[in-house]
Amino acid sequence: MSKMTIPLGPQHPALKEPVNFTLVLEGEQITGSTVNLGYNHRGVEKAAESRTFLQDIYLIERVCGICSHSHTTCYITCVEELAKALVPERALAIRTLVAELERVHSHLLWLGIAGYEMGFETLFMYSWRDREQVLDCLEMVSGNRVHYGINTIGGVRRDITAEQKKIILSKISYLEERTKYYVKLGTEEPTVLARTQKVGMLPHDVALERGAVGPTARASAVKRDVRKDEPYLIYDKLDFNLITHDTNDVFGRLVVRVLELVESYKIIRQVLNYLPEGPIAVKVPAKIGPGEAVSRYEAPRGEDFHYVKANGTDKPERVKVRAPTMANYPSVSYMLDGGYLADVPMVIAAIDPCMSCTDRAMVYDNKAGKVQIYGWDDLRKYGIEHYKKRGIDFSKM
Amino acid sequence: MKKPARALGEVLSNLFKEKATCNYPFEKAVVDARFRGRIAFESDKCIGCKMCVRACPAKAIEIILSAEQPAAAPVAEGAVPVPAKKKFDCIMSLDRCIYCAQCVDICPKKALISTQDFELAHTDRRTLILHYK
Ligand code: SF4
Ligand code: SF4
Repeated sequence: MSKMTIPLGPQHPALKEPVNFTLVLEGEQITGSTVNLGYNHRGVEKAAESRTFLQDIYLIERVCGICSHSHTTCYITCVEELAKALVPERALAIRTLVAELERVHSHLLWLGIAGYEMGFETLFMYSWRDREQVLDCLEMVSGNRVHYGINTIGGVRRDITAEQKKIILSKISYLEERTKYYVKLGTEEPTVLARTQKVGMLPHDVALERGAVGPTARASAVKRDVRKDEPYLIYDKLDFNLITHDTNDVFGRLVVRVLELVESYKIIRQVLNYLPEGPIAVKVPAKIGPGEAVSRYEAPRGEDFHYVKANGTDKPERVKVRAPTMANYPSVSYMLDGGYLADVPMVIAAIDPCMSCTDRAMVYDNKAGKVQIYGWDDLRKYGIEHYKKRGIDFSKM
Repeated sequence: MKKPARALGEVLSNLFKEKATCNYPFEKAVVDARFRGRIAFESDKCIGCKMCVRACPAKAIEIILSAEQPAAAPVAEGAVPVPAKKKFDCIMSLDRCIYCAQCVDICPKKALISTQDFELAHTDRRTLILHYK
């Protein structure tokens, strides 16, 4: 049979954000695939260098709408390490609480999208309706449904009251009931099984080799979770299980996420009952450093990684963000190979991709029709020439 | 284990449940008391330190000296004249503001207030630049 190459994206009904996959098809079976990034590069890392550490919180928050707390916490951990700030325990507990509420909202959102992609819109409607409960909790705690803005350097900005604690606990009980139903629905409903079992296979050794993270890795029986491997915030004081599954397919990823919801409820209860008394923030001077710090964080989609370099001023010299989707892309092209075209949206959705957080810049040469990757020296040369044309000579720097 | 029509019972029971949605904009939507909406400004509290301007991540605030300044209090015989407190205006560009309320947190005099006002969409960008006096 003759081969055919088709593009999927950057604009495609199944993709929520712009990314492009080049698929080589034989009939309706995929024999090769490449992921092409670069449609939504926003230059957040560069912009962070021209803002103060405090302003950067709100910029970094906007790296991702769904895991905004993950990114700020990861960034702020670096900054606090550089400033040698001792964050109060209560602040750490509140950060953990928001982190788990965020995980619940993200996983319920994913469950809805997965239902939508498999053509099971009833599931989509119900899980998004239930997700409103956790969004209400987040709004009550932080003041906003999406960009919570709860973190500040040295602690958190809003405290939890006894009344809020009661409301959160009651909403969590409701969600726990609902999640039990989703576990049943997900593991017994024929529509779900037909669309997810043996789809997008990622064997254990391939997941390791390609560096998969988060639920994608855990569904291939990789025991990897930063909350367990290198506990941050107050996770070392909490009792929860690391969920893995061994079916290596989209079904496994669904099971891992739904069971993680149950673990998150457990964590939220523990944090609310633990909540130590004390201040919620300490003062941190505006000028920080010099020094470098890295931090890892288990975002809903997997391991998030931030690097911050400070030079003693009130602005960072360099901020580097590695969002979890970036680590999962190499696995996607493996998962697509050998599968069917109709399963592509399901497989892509199963890593819970977040394109904009991940995007990298590329340079497309119009004349040669080629994509070019710039190294450090090339970039430097390009910058010097760019400014020379505008009458400024940087070549001696 | 496959069980067909697993969702049927749920679907039927939902026929008799209350609506999960509300009829916005015909019904008023309520936001939480902590919600960060439009930022309001109280000129008589502001001391013009401009900490809010420096903290704002979106460069949405400007603090300027008011065009009309209050007259100094009449000086009693022999007393040292007390200069009147300067009055400041705030120009808030709502088209830039990201509603983080960092300015509210940082203001030492609580001159900026976060309101629950969220219906701020507009077709004309210029009307989003508010001049609080
Ligand atoms: S509003 Fe507050 S922070 Fe801003 S200039 Fe006035 S007193 Fe200072
Ligand atoms: S809410 Fe945030 S973005 Fe808006 S004016 Fe205040 S500091 Fe600036």
